Amino acid sequence: MTTNDARTGATRSSPAPSPSRRDRLALASAGVSFRVKVTLVWVAIFAVLGFLFWSASFDNIWIREHIGFIARGLTWTLIMAAAGIVLAIVLALIGALGRLSRNPVAYGLSGFYTSFFRGTPLIVQLFLFYLAMPQTAQNLLDKFPNFLPTSFDSFFTWSSFQVGIVVLGLNYGAYMTEIFRAGIQSVSHGQAEAADALGMTYRQKMRRVVLPQAFRVIIPPTGNEFIAMMKDTALISILGQGIEKMELFRRAQLLGNADVRPTEALVTAAALYWALTAVFTFFQARLERRVGKGYVRTVALGPKARERGKMIVTGTGGGGAHGAASGYAVDAPEEVLDVGGHAHGAALPSAPEDPS
Amino acid sequence: MTLAGGEAVVRVENLHKSFGALEVLRGIDIEVDQGEVVVIFGRSGSGKSTLLRCINFLEEPTEGTIEVSGLRIEGGHRIRSKRDLIHQLRARCGMVFQQFNLFPHMTALGNVMEGPVTVKGIEQERAKAVAMEVLAKVGLSDKADEYPIRLSGGQQQRVAIARALAMEPDVMMFDEPTSALDPELIGEVLAVMKALAVEMHMTMMVVTHEMGFAREVANRMAFFHEGRILEEGTPDQVFNETRFPETQRFLKAVL
Repeated sequence: MTTNDARTGATRSSPAPSPSRRDRLALASAGVSFRVKVTLVWVAIFAVLGFLFWSASFDNIWIREHIGFIARGLTWTLIMAAAGIVLAIVLALIGALGRLSRNPVAYGLSGFYTSFFRGTPLIVQLFLFYLAMPQTAQNLLDKFPNFLPTSFDSFFTWSSFQVGIVVLGLNYGAYMTEIFRAGIQSVSHGQAEAADALGMTYRQKMRRVVLPQAFRVIIPPTGNEFIAMMKDTALISILGQGIEKMELFRRAQLLGNADVRPTEALVTAAALYWALTAVFTFFQARLERRVGKGYVRTVALGPKARERGKMIVTGTGGGGAHGAASGYAVDAPEEVLDVGGHAHGAALPSAPEDPS
Repeated sequence: MTLAGGEAVVRVENLHKSFGALEVLRGIDIEVDQGEVVVIFGRSGSGKSTLLRCINFLEEPTEGTIEVSGLRIEGGHRIRSKRDLIHQLRARCGMVFQQFNLFPHMTALGNVMEGPVTVKGIEQERAKAVAMEVLAKVGLSDKADEYPIRLSGGQQQRVAIARALAMEPDVMMFDEPTSALDPELIGEVLAVMKALAVEMHMTMMVVTHEMGFAREVANRMAFFHEGRILEEGTPDQVFNETRFPETQRFLKAVL
């Protein structure tokens, strides 16, 4: 309708450019910031969801009564993800150094590691560690009782919680090996040579020169992996969990089935996961901006250092391109300040905008 | 030419280096005495930089022997036992790169302290004192707390020189130290290098096209041609009594 009116209006009016209704709409729209418009879209989506929620007539009282119990599973979800990501980071670092090594053993082992853990489904790995590993240990013990300690099989029998941490760590570590490898390779070769020329050993070179620079590139995507891992902890529920360490999804499932409110339980679980992810995505985006900004060491940036980071970038813009030599001008383009802090576009996947 | 009473700090014997089928160095013999400044020049690709990079084993020599202040290492396959020797040798050679290669995550002071603290194990306080002293020598005391990206190219290169000096090396090697600089910044770097030679009597090997610097500061010049030292002599001999047409042609092109 509106479009129609606008068009007829436009044909009828004289060639002199009097703004049609459509143009006026466009003009008015241009005055509203992009952010506000996006917020309106979100509000609309939530209105629709709210309507669905209402018309599906969920048992809201049940949800209100049990959301506390389900939410307490967040603790275990978080503990599992935190322990898993720590393990993954350690493995990824070792794996990446292995992939970049000219030592055949290190290269071969890291190659096998990434190939296997990226080549099989996470859920299969969970079952392998939960079911197949104790069985294998048992069989080995039966076959070589003289060589193995009697506690050999119990040593390889883990709770679903332990399996969850280890398998998430192994699986994510394999993927993150590639992130770490790329990060290390992003440090210019001249840096390693300068360290070599000073007489540094491999270990000193990595610890003092290469890794601190690589972490600038590695930290943001590692945050993304952590967010992804928090959701994959839900898979552990499939192994069954003791009541004391039940993570979020397991709680929702058991409770929902017991009370015959499976849909309510699922919706609640989804909302909680989403809220958790939104919070961490917010911090992730901040971290990413901070790390990408100047280029002072990535850890513990105080407001003062941040200010300095800004100045450094400005300096590059004005002062000419001699930073090119240090291999950093590439990372700190002049636009950095103009974009208002979104420092890196190409190198790193940026987190989705925070919904709220 | 060797100075009377001089003692060779660097001795290179029969050095060969190939990259695959490409033979870049075809038998180099050169000695550099204590306090001597040797300028190495020649067309790009003639092997000048490779010589410096072989001396501190950034490139593994295919064949030949490198000796730096008494520490002798055979080229060829890199074996485990050789690794420690190479680290020791590198600590005795200061290296200044064309692209500076300063550590961007450290301040100028941090860059200069890094070698003494990490490699030599000198404690922070003393390393800092030494570093400040060396920064003063290159005229950058006031830039100690700046990060490299805030420094001009000339300043960066002077910090790089200070970083190498802080290790108190027996020889300083400069690999085209001014080639990446804007013309107006070349002078300050050359001035620092000249001061090193004249005031500190630093033993230096300099790969450069700056013939003015060579004429003024070098004790000896070596012209590289197709992986060999074609012509060698004092600046006076090289400039005024040029023996080879290749040298002549090159000098004509750069002067």
